[in-house]
Amino acid sequence: MKTAAPPKTIRVALVGNPNTGKSTLFTALAGVRQRVGNYPGVTVEKKTGAMRCGDKHFELIDLPGTYSLAPRSPDEMVTVDVLLGRREHTESPDVVLSIIDASNLERNLYLLSQVLSLGLPTVVALNMVDVAKDRQIEIDAEALSQRLGVPVVEVQANRRVGLEKLQAALAAEAEQAPRERENPFPPAFQKHATELSTWLNENSSRPVPTFLVERLLLDGDGYLEGELLNGTATAGSQKLRAARESLAAAGMPVPAVEAMSRYDWVARVVNGVTRRPDGHQHTTTDRIDAVLTHKVWGTLIFIATMAVIFSSIFNVAQPIMDAIKNVVDAFGGYVEGLMSEGALRSLIVDGVIGGLGAVVVFLPQILILFFFIALLEDCGYMARAAFLMDRLMAGVGLSGKSFIPLLSSFACAVPGIMATRVIENRRDRLATILIAPLMSCSARLPVYVILIGAFVPAQYFLGGLLGLQGMVLLAMYSVGAIVAIGVAWVLKKSLLRGQTPPFVMELPSYKMPSFRTVFHRMWERGWAFLVRAGTVIFAVTIVVWALAYYPRAKEQVAADVAAQRAAVQNDAAALAEFDKQENIDDLEASLHQRYSFLGRAGQFIEPAVRPLGWDWRIGCAAIASFPAREVVMGVLGVIYQLGPKVDVDNAEDQNRLASQLKAAKWDDTGKPVYNLPVALSIMVFFALCAQCAATLAVIRRETNSWRWPIFTFAYMTILAYVGALLTYQIGIRIIS
Amino acid sequence: MTRVAAELEVGQAGRVARVVGVDEIGRRILEMGITPGAEIRRIGTAPLGDPLEFEIRGYRLSLRKHEAQQIEIEST
Repeated sequence: MKTAAPPKTIRVALVGNPNTGKSTLFTALAGVRQRVGNYPGVTVEKKTGAMRCGDKHFELIDLPGTYSLAPRSPDEMVTVDVLLGRREHTESPDVVLSIIDASNLERNLYLLSQVLSLGLPTVVALNMVDVAKDRQIEIDAEALSQRLGVPVVEVQANRRVGLEKLQAALAAEAEQAPRERENPFPPAFQKHATELSTWLNENSSRPVPTFLVERLLLDGDGYLEGELLNGTATAGSQKLRAARESLAAAGMPVPAVEAMSRYDWVARVVNGVTRRPDGHQHTTTDRIDAVLTHKVWGTLIFIATMAVIFSSIFNVAQPIMDAIKNVVDAFGGYVEGLMSEGALRSLIVDGVIGGLGAVVVFLPQILILFFFIALLEDCGYMARAAFLMDRLMAGVGLSGKSFIPLLSSFACAVPGIMATRVIENRRDRLATILIAPLMSCSARLPVYVILIGAFVPAQYFLGGLLGLQGMVLLAMYSVGAIVAIGVAWVLKKSLLRGQTPPFVMELPSYKMPSFRTVFHRMWERGWAFLVRAGTVIFAVTIVVWALAYYPRAKEQVAADVAAQRAAVQNDAAALAEFDKQENIDDLEASLHQRYSFLGRAGQFIEPAVRPLGWDWRIGCAAIASFPAREVVMGVLGVIYQLGPKVDVDNAEDQNRLASQLKAAKWDDTGKPVYNLPVALSIMVFFALCAQCAATLAVIRRETNSWRWPIFTFAYMTILAYVGALLTYQIGIRIIS
Repeated sequence: MTRVAAELEVGQAGRVARVVGVDEIGRRILEMGITPGAEIRRIGTAPLGDPLEFEIRGYRLSLRKHEAQQIEIEST
């Protein structure tokens, strides 16, 4: 595709430690027009953006924050592959932009040492110079640049200082030929690496870059061996083991030799270039930590912080969500008035508008949660939260980083699952994602409230202190959490088994959060949800709408209406009531539901749900609630002829529905359908089931695979069925 | 008896002798700058008794007790 001298795009890859202001720098350079996607086959997010400087065009690639370029999993391999141009359709970047926290120079230079080993043109952005100055750390950037052999530009990403100089340096460096760089490893190591490299390139179909040969020698966990020595497994592995043994014998044991060599190199680089006060410094961060990680005050402040976050996603989001529902309903009603009755109207009102509403309604919770998460991350408290909660979570095989995602899931699993991005270990993250939907979310609440109100007696014990209804509600919240602990334990022993991952976690310095960064991250999450998960939720809503609408069994409905009318025609009062248009409408809606694919499916599965104490109507409502749990009560409302406009959050409608449920009879025996064991069985089912398309769509997005949402749906449905079965069978025996 | 970093008192510092173990934890500890010769200082403890907070190379790091047991301290 060669046109007349196209302006060459300079590809820049951004690499850096976590907590260095990397995302802030990326946003400062690329602006808010960023593209977010996934690399195929892994869960790593691919973030790119464009930048212009004069006539120079840049493409920026933001790589995940990391402390090291030693790949131990496909996710970590992505960074290395992007840098080495080993991913399909992408060449190596023209320049690597390495961002370094000036207040934490030594550890940041360790990663830079690995980056320099790649042999690519590199520019260093020295960030947070102001923080370093506050701590009396002085850095001579000029001298540092000379030692490193690459340009070093001082920046303050959050204040957008130094960006022009950085752009100019990137443009200039992209045109430089790669320079020879000092190899930090001892000569004996280099000799082994060269030998291995020669052998590999003779015996491998694809050239292996020197960087990966060194890594192969250093990374003893077998991941790279599997990746690179696939075809030559035995011979290659033997050579590798021999080389490592010989190195260990010479006092250079793998993997320690890498850290020792590179940190020695770091010491040589910083010697005389930087001055930091000798000995231990009691910093502002230490003074804040003395309170925030204090046994008593720290715990209290943590609980208060979590309470604020939790009640915000629960309570602040609720009125906004209600407002969205009202706007969507009003708009649906308006459109309904414009169109004549028929399939198209129902598709647009119940399918399209309802589907859009089902997606948008999640935004308040997502935006509020990510506002807090971004805030806590940016100021440095997030790591402390994990520090405080780690002991508790380690009990179930997870780490402190799982706490906030799981807590948030009690409001809604969708933002909770999205929040698992802070967990860098893949197995921990997956375990957290898979148990998050078991936390009793706010969508389950109307189901509990209606059924408890209708079927659990309002008895009080201990002089009114303990109410039976409240205890049942608490039990419903507990059942999910307790089952989740068990599921996490089983997952960590089976599917997600492996070594306990390190919890070696940096506790970054506290700083004032940048609201630009916080709001940007909040919108980024919200947008990612709309685009990537919203489409699936929308599609599912349309499909379920179609199943509930078709086929229109008009004759059958008309015949049933006529038959029911005939049954009351001798009673004038009943007949007058029957002939009211709204009652006929509600009856017709109920009958259409019954004869729809969905209704038939409910009748088809009745034998399977009978042991749970359910009739086909409940089975049908359970299937129909697949897009969202709270739908179940609405569907029951339609079936019990309350019409399609039942509002399960409205107290009056709740009462109407409750009295309909109490009056419901089995079709064959005429006995009441609902009693306490049946109500409990329905509640347990909804506490444990995965009837939430949004959750499954978000799991699909976050794991970048259909495997895990399918797994989640399967295991939760089985648990829900077994749980409901036990509840009913035991309950009915206690009653009788 | 070799001392390990987990046994440092709060406020006490020591020089790293070696990091035991070639597993992922050992490698991560090394990468984070806890290399032989580096000074490591215990800063505090989480309210539930684990993990522990350390200072290394001018920054703060949280390590679980069993992780800090892999760091041997030079005897002085």
